[in-house]
Amino acid sequence: MSTVTSTESKDLAPVSTETLTALLVAKERPPRPSSLSTSLTFGWRAMLKIKHVPEQLFDVTAFPIMNLLMFTYLFGGALAGSPDDYIQFVLPGILVMSVVMITMYTGVSVNIDIEKGVFDRFRSLPIWRPSAMVGYLLGDALRYTIASVVMLAMGLLLGYRADGGFVGVVAGIALLLVFSFAFSWIWTMFGLMLRTEKSVMSVSMMVIFPLTFLSNVFVDPRTMPGWLQAFVNNSPVTHLASAVRGLMAGDWPADEIAWTLGWSGLFVVVFGPVTMRLYNRK
Amino acid sequence: MSTHSSGPAIETVGLVKTFGETRAVDGVDLTVPAGTVYGVLGPNGAGKTTTVKMLATLLRPDGGEARVFGHDVVHEADEVRGRVSLTGQYASVDEDLTGTENLILLARLLGHRKPTARTRAAQLLEAFGLTEAAGKQVKHYSGGMRRRIDIAASILNTPDLLFLDEPTTGLDPRSRNQVWDIVRAVVAQGTTVLLTTQYLDEADQLASRIAVIDRGRVIAEGTKGELKASVGAGSVHLRLRDADRRPEAERLLRELLVAEVQPEPDPVALTARLSAATSDSAAEQAARALGELTRAGITVDNFSLGQPSLDEVFMALTGREAGPATGRDAGTDTDTDAKDEVAA
Repeated sequence: MSTVTSTESKDLAPVSTETLTALLVAKERPPRPSSLSTSLTFGWRAMLKIKHVPEQLFDVTAFPIMNLLMFTYLFGGALAGSPDDYIQFVLPGILVMSVVMITMYTGVSVNIDIEKGVFDRFRSLPIWRPSAMVGYLLGDALRYTIASVVMLAMGLLLGYRADGGFVGVVAGIALLLVFSFAFSWIWTMFGLMLRTEKSVMSVSMMVIFPLTFLSNVFVDPRTMPGWLQAFVNNSPVTHLASAVRGLMAGDWPADEIAWTLGWSGLFVVVFGPVTMRLYNRK
Repeated sequence: MSTHSSGPAIETVGLVKTFGETRAVDGVDLTVPAGTVYGVLGPNGAGKTTTVKMLATLLRPDGGEARVFGHDVVHEADEVRGRVSLTGQYASVDEDLTGTENLILLARLLGHRKPTARTRAAQLLEAFGLTEAAGKQVKHYSGGMRRRIDIAASILNTPDLLFLDEPTTGLDPRSRNQVWDIVRAVVAQGTTVLLTTQYLDEADQLASRIAVIDRGRVIAEGTKGELKASVGAGSVHLRLRDADRRPEAERLLRELLVAEVQPEPDPVALTARLSAATSDSAAEQAARALGELTRAGITVDNFSLGQPSLDEVFMALTGREAGPATGRDAGTDTDTDAKDEVAA
């Protein structure tokens, strides 16, 4: 791999102090960028990282396909008579579950990234403080979109038909992205709070598994014991899954959409400031 | 910078930062005049980086006050951030991105429009001799290249104050000299530089004023000349032919030079620290000492006259070696000694 070995300084072109001096003389400063602009710039950074390490898209392509195939054929016969019937019910749910599960990688990447020196530089810039975190989530939104498109394509191949048509499907995915963006502030918090990526991963698992499985993604909650129904019916993932399922089926379930947006708002309001507090202290 | 000539670039009073039980910074008072290179010298763990992080608004002080161009680092953090740039001990750019991408990213964050950001990035890469490596991910850069891209990232907007936190740690002598050239070019344009280093020769080369920090405290502060004068005018190193005559030579030198004379581990070697109190120059004092030894019949095999090095300054101030600072590579500490070897 001689192409990537670092070149030693003897091969380096010399520093041109004249050019440098000319550059330094220009002392004009551009006006302070807006918070939207800096957030988008950090989002661009996340895209560049995907460009340089495309392998990281594995979890938004292979993992959702695996989920979809596994659960459709594992439970389909038992729960709905046949996989073909089950997929009509389960696809929006698995879409929700997979994307919400993928959000947890945000915490891990924040945790790894924040230890690098570049964060000291970001934090010493005169910019809107949360933009680095918002940038992550914007980059992640792209990943979630990829995951959603992959799963829908796979679902169509397996026989899923969305009665809501293109508009319903796009609206469902948009709602899912909004929720994921808001929900991810939990992960940025853990990513900054916990010391190692391993601990971030294990805490995330502890949160994500009960939250996604204890919902109406796979089965109708009416088959569950009363105490579990109480939890499941009030879980944000249940509201989200119902809303997405409704939108894709062509209904516009206003109450479920409202619940989902309400939960999203709550996540941002609670975990956003905690994340920023941790970020400023890091 | 003309706009700031009225006050110092940095002013701290009783700055304190504790981590648990450790007082990493324990009451630091600094006044850094604008437009100069100010050296903060100290061994590993002395509190240099912690001090810089507080001044760059990355850490909140636990006590005391710090102002950068008159702005409080806690309450007016944004004003401070708008004027300073930070270059860490580590290459603080994104390793996964290319050189160009890093510079464009930071230029955009500083508010430059896309075309300007691109131009500025290309110009800086060219000035730093990195055009060829511009499209490579920074993780494939050599140590010297990383330091360059890091400094380039710090001067995308010419800062009023640049923090250079151990900018040459781990670099080979050639790359180190190139970094020094860059620093000199930056200062020549009016930027104030706060340089932290554990290398005495580096502070000697670049800084006009130096604060020596040890265990979170400033133990000495002044111009290079003042610091050196505080430990004497220099020292004479002698090697005698006959180890038996050393005690006699030691006594003679002590009487004659009114100097502190130390026997070295080598049984024939002696070091006399010359006094700065007399009007005689170090060379005159040394010549007199040589004559006296010859008259007493003590043969001197080898003789050298050394300027006091900052190593000696550190030794004189703390009574111990400058810790890990001298461990970089054997020989650098004597480079600045400017010894005139004379065979006797």
